[in-house]
Amino acid sequence: MGENLSQPFEKSSMTPEEIRKINREQRIQTIAFGFMIAITLLAFIAVGADVVPGSFAIPFILGLAGIQLFLQLYYFMHLKDKDHGWPNTFIVSGIVLVIPTIVALMLLIGVTKY
Amino acid sequence: MVREATNTLQKSVLWDWLTTVDHKKLAVLYLISGTLFFLKAGLMAVFMRIQLMFPMNDFLSGQTFNEFITMHGTIMLFLAATPLLFAFMNYIVPLQIGARDVAFPFVNALGFWLFFFGGILVSLSWFFGGAPDAGWTSYVPLASRDYGGLGIDFYVLGLQVSGIGTLVSGINFIVTIINMRAPGMTMMRMPLFCWTTLVTSILIVFAFTPLAAGLALLMLDRMFDGMFFIPGEGGNVVIWQHIFWIFGHPEVYILVLPAFGMISEIIPTFSKKRLFGYTAMVFATLIIGFLGFMVWMHHMFTVGIGPIANSVFAIATMIIGIPTGIKIFNWLFTMWGGKLTFNTAMLCASSFVPTFVLGGVTGVMLAMAPVDHLYHDTYFVVAHFHYIILGGIVLGLIGATFYWYPKMFGHKLNETLGKIMFWMFYVGFHLTFFVQHILGLIGMPRRVYTYLEDQGMDTMNMISTIGAFVMSAAIILLVVNIVYSAMKSPREGGDPWDGRTLEWATPTPVPEYNFAQTPQVRSLDPLFYEKIHGDGTMKPAEPIGDIHMPNGSIYPFTISLGLFFAGFGFIMLNMENAIISPWIVIAVGGIITFGSMALHSVKEDHGYHISKETVEQMEKEVGTNG
Ligand code: HEM
Ligand SMILES: [Cu+2]
Repeated sequence: MGENLSQPFEKSSMTPEEIRKINREQRIQTIAFGFMIAITLLAFIAVGADVVPGSFAIPFILGLAGIQLFLQLYYFMHLKDKDHGWPNTFIVSGIVLVIPTIVALMLLIGVTKY
Repeated sequence: MVREATNTLQKSVLWDWLTTVDHKKLAVLYLISGTLFFLKAGLMAVFMRIQLMFPMNDFLSGQTFNEFITMHGTIMLFLAATPLLFAFMNYIVPLQIGARDVAFPFVNALGFWLFFFGGILVSLSWFFGGAPDAGWTSYVPLASRDYGGLGIDFYVLGLQVSGIGTLVSGINFIVTIINMRAPGMTMMRMPLFCWTTLVTSILIVFAFTPLAAGLALLMLDRMFDGMFFIPGEGGNVVIWQHIFWIFGHPEVYILVLPAFGMISEIIPTFSKKRLFGYTAMVFATLIIGFLGFMVWMHHMFTVGIGPIANSVFAIATMIIGIPTGIKIFNWLFTMWGGKLTFNTAMLCASSFVPTFVLGGVTGVMLAMAPVDHLYHDTYFVVAHFHYIILGGIVLGLIGATFYWYPKMFGHKLNETLGKIMFWMFYVGFHLTFFVQHILGLIGMPRRVYTYLEDQGMDTMNMISTIGAFVMSAAIILLVVNIVYSAMKSPREGGDPWDGRTLEWATPTPVPEYNFAQTPQVRSLDPLFYEKIHGDGTMKPAEPIGDIHMPNGSIYPFTISLGLFFAGFGFIMLNMENAIISPWIVIAVGGIITFGSMALHSVKEDHGYHISKETVEQMEKEVGTNG
């Protein structure tokens, strides 16, 4: 045993149903990835080519960042999947713990007193 | 000999220990190196107490004293307490959940070697112009490039390297506990030590990342002319304090939670009762873990962030008292009406309870923000955290040592010597630290190397130092006990304490695959359940068969060695007249590290199998042994 572990199998051991699922998943991931690249480009182009007016640029980029974050977590980090209870728990607790941290580092640095 | 049947021991002893990925051997490595760092930092503590024995003493210079407080704190927290806890977590957790090894044996070894080389890097500072001297908190601007010496660079890089080790070990423990449990071992049947290990590991993942970020910022400031923490150039020093304590307060729970777990294992065993309020204990652990992240500002009450912020964090801090109180009462109720055996382990575990309460009470006192202006940076704080650390963590560790020693090394530690040691330690500890509360209240500042005569501090400082001597004698006695017991104590079987949890179902010495057949768990305290409702042995959940084991590997060692060189290279950037260009050292280190990683990825290694026949033969030999 052991030596032949790295040889490829001749035929997939998955059922047709499973293969269909995997292909679908792959397609979704590719689309999501393409979309993310697109909105990243959009952000750069919008500012670089002065397409959006200056005052609107910041909320516009932040909006795109929000969508980006959502897509990243939902698709790439598999928040959408059902059997991902543990990873999801960890991602959510990470977010919960990070919010007070960010708030503190922005507000509670001794410049203004609260 | 049993173990010679298998692959690992066909190597030379040294090579075997350098390449091992066995969680039990790594535990022993953690135990030994943690103990060495503990003794080193303890010696510094004794020197500091000698300096403070008399007013205006000149045993140590102010500079040396500063280096000693910094190294004492840093080593004790990062390089002594953490590895000692990791030693028990590594050895016991896989056994308690019925697993053959941790989830990532390679990463486990990597974690150890990173910690080890990080620790060596911090310690090297003594030979290059002096240790770090800005306190274990390394506050800027004291630690910034304008005021802090080369020692701070060793602190930054050394902790960065050992911090990565702690981080990967934490991830490894999480995955192990979530994925490797034996059939029937549901989350709510796990021993409390596994639960606290899980929560501690989660805290490590969420707390050591901010620390790594903070250290990286400080490194950029010190070596590459950054200005994150330099007010004159638009930086802000309070940010460092925030980042440090966002890590720092969870860190104190990272250390104390495993000790809680140990106590929760020892007390039921020697009370002959199941743990009172198991579910409440689990949820209290989770709540403490969560709240541990919400209170860091209580270390910064006197910075002047403002009254609302202070109040919020003061209340959050006091709320932690509630789950902690739940735990205290559960331990007391576990002992209530039990058949108590007071051996050394139990003495440590039961006296943990009142000492920890004392530390908790002073903690709540400190949490009252207005009054903290009085306590802050006085010996009162020193007394507070030593009650928690020595009376909590160290008592837990000593208790765990006596409790699990027969499983790890095949024989018990001598009880008479143990009890003498315990009482010396206990008396010495209270002598040392109780008076420090009062010293703090009458105004003795912490981290100051001397004090004036006739201010009412002379006698109490003397008492405190005498206590420190008594405590050191106790630790020496523990070392004597270890040597003495190794020669005199009789061999023990697998279950010398009439234990309740799965680790006592394995034979001693534990075979490298832990369980020949994965056990079927039917209840909380599985072994005890089988003793009452079954025939006293665990039912197997699988037929006996070939066992797949991971091969040892030298790469964890070389990856860490490379990072050690790279870290040293970065420090050399700040050295005057370094013999070779720092960039060469950094490059060599980088090549070793990334080269080892590449080799590890490219070279296929599927481990090896212990054949069914060998397993059967080993089990038979073990059976006759114990
Ligand atoms: C009942 C729970 C606890 C409470 C309410 C509490 C509260 C506090 C507070 C408010 C301070 C700040 C004092 C000051 O500098 O003005 C403090 C300091 C400290 N505490 Fe605790 N604590 C608790 C548990 C622990 C535990 C479990 C540990 C360690 C395992 C610990 C270790 C420390 C340390 C090291 C400091 C000193 C920080 C420094 O260098 O200034 N505490 N504690
Ligand atoms: Cu704290």
